[in-house]
Amino acid sequence: MTTQSQASAFAYAPAPESRAVVDIAPSYGLFIDGEFADAAEGKVFKTVSPSTEEVLSEVARAGEADVERAVRAARKAFEKWSALPGSERAKYLFRIARIIQERSRELAVLETLDNGKPIRETRDADLPLVAAHFFYYAGWADKLGHAGYGADPRPLGVAGQVIPWNFPLLMLAWKIAPALATGNTVVLKPAETTPLSALFFADICRQAGLPRGVVNILPGYGDAGAALVAHPDVDKVAFTGSTAVGKEIARTVAGTRKKLTLELGGKGANIVFDDAPLDQAVEGIVNGIFFNQGQVCCAGSRLLVQESVEEELLDALKRRLGTLRLGDPLDKNTDIGAINSAEQLARITSLVEAGEAEGAERWSPACELPSAGYWFAPTLFTNVTQAHTVARDEIFGPVLSVLTFRTPDEAVAKANNTPYGLSAGIWTEKGSRILAVANKLRAGVVWSNTFNKFDPTSPFGGYKESGFGREGGRHGLEAYLDV
Amino acid sequence: MPRVTDEHPGVYSRYARRYARLVTMPTAPTAPALGDVTASDSTLRRFLHGLPGVDPVGLEARAASLGTRSIKTTAKAYAIDLAISMVDLTTLEGADTPGKVRALGVKAVHPDPTDRATPATAAVCVYPDMVAVAKEAVAGSTVKVASVATAFPAGRAALGVKLADVRDAVAAGADEIDMVIDRGAFLAGRYLKVYEEIVAVKEACGSSARLKVIFETGELSTYDNIRRASWLGMLAGADFIKTSTGKVAVNATPANTLLMLEAVRDFRAQTGVQVGVKPAGGIRTTKDALKFLVLVNETAGTDWLDNHWFRFGASSLLNDLLMQRQKLATGRYSGPDYVTVD
Repeated sequence: MTTQSQASAFAYAPAPESRAVVDIAPSYGLFIDGEFADAAEGKVFKTVSPSTEEVLSEVARAGEADVERAVRAARKAFEKWSALPGSERAKYLFRIARIIQERSRELAVLETLDNGKPIRETRDADLPLVAAHFFYYAGWADKLGHAGYGADPRPLGVAGQVIPWNFPLLMLAWKIAPALATGNTVVLKPAETTPLSALFFADICRQAGLPRGVVNILPGYGDAGAALVAHPDVDKVAFTGSTAVGKEIARTVAGTRKKLTLELGGKGANIVFDDAPLDQAVEGIVNGIFFNQGQVCCAGSRLLVQESVEEELLDALKRRLGTLRLGDPLDKNTDIGAINSAEQLARITSLVEAGEAEGAERWSPACELPSAGYWFAPTLFTNVTQAHTVARDEIFGPVLSVLTFRTPDEAVAKANNTPYGLSAGIWTEKGSRILAVANKLRAGVVWSNTFNKFDPTSPFGGYKESGFGREGGRHGLEAYLDV
Repeated sequence: MPRVTDEHPGVYSRYARRYARLVTMPTAPTAPALGDVTASDSTLRRFLHGLPGVDPVGLEARAASLGTRSIKTTAKAYAIDLAISMVDLTTLEGADTPGKVRALGVKAVHPDPTDRATPATAAVCVYPDMVAVAKEAVAGSTVKVASVATAFPAGRAALGVKLADVRDAVAAGADEIDMVIDRGAFLAGRYLKVYEEIVAVKEACGSSARLKVIFETGELSTYDNIRRASWLGMLAGADFIKTSTGKVAVNATPANTLLMLEAVRDFRAQTGVQVGVKPAGGIRTTKDALKFLVLVNETAGTDWLDNHWFRFGASSLLNDLLMQRQKLATGRYSGPDYVTVD
């Protein structure tokens, strides 16, 4: 593994993106009814940069009373917002999308600071996708009658949305863009470790002249999320996060009128057949599990490789991991950034230890980790079977479990042998095999000869314990319409 | 960065196993004898078509992603000097004269008259009839003379004519021969004909001249073809594999060069023989050149970061490298009047 300090013939000099493009205030309030306000109980929490543990800002922590105020503001705004012609709502969404593009460098640096992911990813993946989502759903706002949900489908009302820390701004876009396009108003709770980009988004809403109360942002912890989900005047609940919390939410809303979509965990299988384009498969495997330090619900965390090419694929993969650059997330040449929180690092560490204890073989490239912050080296587990914890539990970190198979049927059986069903990948040069295998995989997204490719036009969601409902594409409208 | 070693035989060990009976390990580093693979048209075809396919979208995405590496300050200074030392300063025009070639030779030896510490280029590249003039112009320096040959750029001539072309250049003192393959034969699936021609040219080069084999990747059109051509060229004894002549619409691209770098990396892992790579045509700016060096660094590895193993076939690139070099040294941009015209 290459680190910045390592001397080699062609050592890349540090190339840090400037922090000066973003101005982080020492404190932030909740965003309710178009205004930033302190929490009713006056509570605050600190948000830190995971790569340095530096405190970035102090943020108001929402409680039950704040949820009450925010939902009331959203309810009040709903009447006028939902009555606007779709073409008018579209104007606001297009304006938001353009402002995001204009401020994308600032937002990318902010997201990298607050989340710990490399600037290369926030700049080249997160931010372009965020803008694309708003553009895409802006386009739907005046065409809802042609989406296949009746001539004049109606919005649901107030949407309570709870999002995770792995793609803070992108998950916000996935939730807010379709909600607003369809005429709903929103109360959104970002994750407690990554509240800042959502608060900057609140500022963008004001910049775009969005009517008060249409978007409300409540930074806070699980208690605020629980209060939001349970609030009787919320008509729609959308959650992205862990399966455990998702189950709790499902129990909370059971028996109510609330419409629910859940996007939960995963243990995606990346299946490499012996006729795969191997160099590209190696890239796809790396992208599948080390993108965003593996903190991706649809990560390809299980590599299923045909036994006849196992050895050469693993050799090539290990060689490739040796070239990954881990370090300062703001450096433009960094491939692997920091783990988002101490808590997540502890979870990854304990699962990896369990893997070792159960006899799986652990491998990482030679790698020097920074002394401050939360870091975990890219890790491979070989000699893994279906019975190992690391093949079953979602690790949500840069840890790949390598399993083998002999025949396509065995590959499908092993890929589906998981409580999850979010994503899968197929690598083969044979088109007929792609079609045959994809049809048998119980996963919401199946990529062929690529992995972790996202597009606002494509629906995304899971089977089984990975959740239900689809986000993105025409299908993503349904979750926010009364159909 | 780990080197590919015996413990890491690389992606192609599967093919090594499959062809174990056919493969003879090289006895001399210049003669990679995967011998019996080339015993007949059909064994050669089976071998080349048995190479893993290339997914174009994935290949281009990887090349583009490496293109986002940010090379600054000390790394940039290092890379610019390295790139200058890798240039095959080229003139391949019908209008070439001894005067023009002499000017090019002098420039290759001392690219920047204002700074004698500037490294010399790797070579000058000319037509065979200009080899003697070029040789004289670079005499006493490290600069090599490369000559295109084999009815460059189309390669549409009888084998005897091509070989005479090569012998002529070698006799005039060429250190390197840049040959073109018979793309027509390759696209018609007559791989053995292409192979035998390269072998014959290699023989005509003798022990004194290194052989660069030009595939004209723009005419081969698919990445699968480029991978097959790379292996074919290396099997036949190429010292370098080279993208293109610079005379067609599509020349060196990051993606086709990345693919050829994978091929030389895998070939060395399997045979122990190291082969060089030369992208040519279309690389005009320092920014482009640095992207190619990043491809080398992160694909084939540091062993190829040397002008014995990597070259740029270019003419206008050198002046941009020199201007960027001056900018790094002085902190301000100069202009075209502060570098020499060719």
